[in-house]
Amino acid sequence: MPKYVLRRVLISIPVLVGISIVLFSVLALAPGDPFEELATNANVPPEVAQRLRAQFGLDDPLPVRYVRWLTALARGDWGFSFQSRMNVDQLILQRLPVSLFVLGSAYLLALALALPIGILSAVRPYSIFDQIATTLAFIGFSLPTFFTGLLFILVFSIWLDWLPFIYRADIDATGWRWLAEHARQAIMPVAVLGLFEGATLTRFVRTSVLEVIRLDYVNTARAKGLSEARTIGKHVVRNALIPVVTVVALQCPTIFAGAVVTEQIFRVPGIGSLLIAAILASDTPVVLAITFVYSVLVVAFNLIADVIYGWLDPRISYA
Amino acid sequence: MDEHEVREWIRRVKNGTLSRRHFIEAMMGLGLTAPMATQMLVSAGVARAQPKPVGFTPTRRGGGGRLRLLWWQAPTLLNGHFATGTKDQDASRPVYEPLAAFDPDGNFVPILAAEIPTHQNGGLSRDGKTVTWRLKKDARWHDGKPFTADDVIFTWEYAADPATAAVTVTAYRDIERIDRVDDHTVKAVFKEPRAFWYDAFFGVRGYILPRHLFSAYKGANSRNAPQNLKPIGTGPYKLVDFKPGDSARYEINPNYHVPNRPFFDVIELKGGGDTTSAARAVLQTGEFDFAWNMQVEWDVLRRLEQGGKGKVLNTTTGNIEHVQLNQTDPWTEVDGERASVKTKHPIFHDLKFRQALALLVDRATVAEELYGPTGQATGNFLNAPARFRSRNTKWEFIVDKANRLLDEAGYRRGPDGVRLTKDGKRIKLLFQTSTNSLRQKNQAIVKQACAKGGIEVELKSVTASVFFSSDPANADTYSHFYADLQMYNTTMTSPDPQWFMNQFLSTEVAQKANKWAGRNPTRWRNEEYDKLWNAAEVEFDPLKRAAQFIQMNDLVVNNVVVIPENWRNRPAAVNLKLGGMELSGWDSDLWHIAYWHREA
Repeated sequence: MPKYVLRRVLISIPVLVGISIVLFSVLALAPGDPFEELATNANVPPEVAQRLRAQFGLDDPLPVRYVRWLTALARGDWGFSFQSRMNVDQLILQRLPVSLFVLGSAYLLALALALPIGILSAVRPYSIFDQIATTLAFIGFSLPTFFTGLLFILVFSIWLDWLPFIYRADIDATGWRWLAEHARQAIMPVAVLGLFEGATLTRFVRTSVLEVIRLDYVNTARAKGLSEARTIGKHVVRNALIPVVTVVALQCPTIFAGAVVTEQIFRVPGIGSLLIAAILASDTPVVLAITFVYSVLVVAFNLIADVIYGWLDPRISYA
Repeated sequence: MDEHEVREWIRRVKNGTLSRRHFIEAMMGLGLTAPMATQMLVSAGVARAQPKPVGFTPTRRGGGGRLRLLWWQAPTLLNGHFATGTKDQDASRPVYEPLAAFDPDGNFVPILAAEIPTHQNGGLSRDGKTVTWRLKKDARWHDGKPFTADDVIFTWEYAADPATAAVTVTAYRDIERIDRVDDHTVKAVFKEPRAFWYDAFFGVRGYILPRHLFSAYKGANSRNAPQNLKPIGTGPYKLVDFKPGDSARYEINPNYHVPNRPFFDVIELKGGGDTTSAARAVLQTGEFDFAWNMQVEWDVLRRLEQGGKGKVLNTTTGNIEHVQLNQTDPWTEVDGERASVKTKHPIFHDLKFRQALALLVDRATVAEELYGPTGQATGNFLNAPARFRSRNTKWEFIVDKANRLLDEAGYRRGPDGVRLTKDGKRIKLLFQTSTNSLRQKNQAIVKQACAKGGIEVELKSVTASVFFSSDPANADTYSHFYADLQMYNTTMTSPDPQWFMNQFLSTEVAQKANKWAGRNPTRWRNEEYDKLWNAAEVEFDPLKRAAQFIQMNDLVVNNVVVIPENWRNRPAAVNLKLGGMELSGWDSDLWHIAYWHREA
């Protein structure tokens, strides 16, 4: 096992270098200019943008810029944002807690909904409960988040006037009030994301449980007189959830990347909205850092998922 | 009534034989606005009768609670000298102050200055080279240090240093030196006489920086200043917390240099999102008090306004949506560049054709259908401040007249109804603009009318981030202008048109030699225009100078170098109970933030 992990880690190094080359060149070749606003302002002479380009090293040839970026990264220097002239790692760390909170809660909500609903649907397939759950799940993952987000705003903010639709990271209150305000403004984004993810996950859990529930060992368990609850809880769900664990592990990196669309709609200052703002402003160091960290996480969680799988399912070995 | 007569009237007001009221009434009778007539008196040295009435005079500082501002573009740094766009200038305005600001009519309002320099108080020298500023004595930086002449001198050194790469450099680089007369008086000496002296230390380009905090960060080191994100200023509000790209929070400055101001205790400025929902948050739900720059189709705004929580305020600016006519040939390559100044546009060299084209632009429909009250149809390129607006131009939309003109000029119609050039080629024009729903609708209106005139127009739209980019390698930018026609909005950021009008100078032609960084994409060259522009730079008589700019505008419009379409306003969404904003198209929306208040 340790040998397997080591081999995988070593393989991922060239993979990540390859990814970084692709990301870097795509961003360098993409149209757009971080000093666009300056170029159209008659009061700013063109020399200012030219000097900034030189100062920020944008005039050097692409390979030189790539090597400079990579060596700086090896020293732990992520560069600085062209827009705020602040170090990129600080900028990301500032946004990370909000993304973790909103997306983490959304995933917890998704799991809390998907597990019981999925299992119950599979235990009584084609029952009324299953029909309703399946219909809702289909609606849930067919509706894109930008639509449900706007719908929620329309209903809960505009018609009912219950919830605010603009997320503020900076609430000047302390104690319980602070907590309550945060919870109140997080309800809509968390619900939008959680219901969407939950819907997909419900289908997944249902299929997985259905596959296991038909197996012979389940019949054996029933035949030997185990109660239904025990059969399902101990024998079916435990095995059925192995693939679900993998899926959840593979989804983890997206918690870091934030939810671009939802964050934009509710103005949640997470990584997703940072990414979209950086792309729109051609703030390449920020875009590069976020996409690269995301790639690292995807590679890492793939490895983790594989390892967990082997650990949960003894039939699989990585000798 | 001509210039001399007006002068005579002003003289009579000055020596008391004519009352101010009579003068202003007479000027209004001539179609001028009252503020402009007042401005004429002020520039002639006749003092204002009384200061502007302020609706609300508080007896103590603070007590106003929380003010919530919503900017749909989020500020990314809080140093006005590095601002990329108004969002940064606005977010630093509660903290930093200039020596003087511009009110809605373009008048000067002293902020950190004790008074505005004039010829009468000796602030402006007769040779037009020296400006003497007397500064407020009771202003302090938020960290307790006094504000002095040294800070003003430092701000000039900082912004004028090319290595700092400040976006405000043009305001400061022509100052030769600034002498420190005493702790609270400075004397700025320009290299050459300068009529447009009210640029340095004014408005969004004039934020004074604290010398004691920035002196180590001048020049190439400027990026590293911690104060770029945590500013310490003299303004009515102190920064508490700033998250670049998201939000800023400010609290009241208990030692602000204006007594009993400001009113609000805390300001929260939230950034990001989209314009429509920002309008909604102010107009319909009242979650926020003020939202900036509501570039939303006006019938949407009108519907949201029925929410009853807020209203839309339109601020006059000089911004102009206009169509440009390429004066060079974009379809022939000379020395490795298309649209070279060595070529002439194959069709647009004919003034008759250009005039016909101007007749085919339906400005009324564009104004009514697309911009509504957020803009108005105009025939002028230079529309504001009012003293610079030409009254000699007119615009009309008459298809028959355009057809007559084209027939007379010899552009016969071909078998498919499309006109032919004199050597028998079908006339087809490429019309480009940035991707934006209003602009695409606008393009379609022009195309339709041109079809009636027998001119085929092909439409092209380029993503805004490419169209407005300064990338010399990308041929789709507005400054390359590899098309026959193009349309966009030129913003006027200062109440003085000197910089605004540089986009028709022959020295500013955008071409390969300057990596297309020149300001003149139409590549129109006209000696008379250049002479007028240069003369205006050193003309100290405000009336003569206004006349020069009006002449420049007329040259551009009558030669149909551009077809002005819509004179745009800057709409803001404002809570019904908010007052004292005095929104000015020449300054930041927050220039008057110390005087904002909420009615009970």
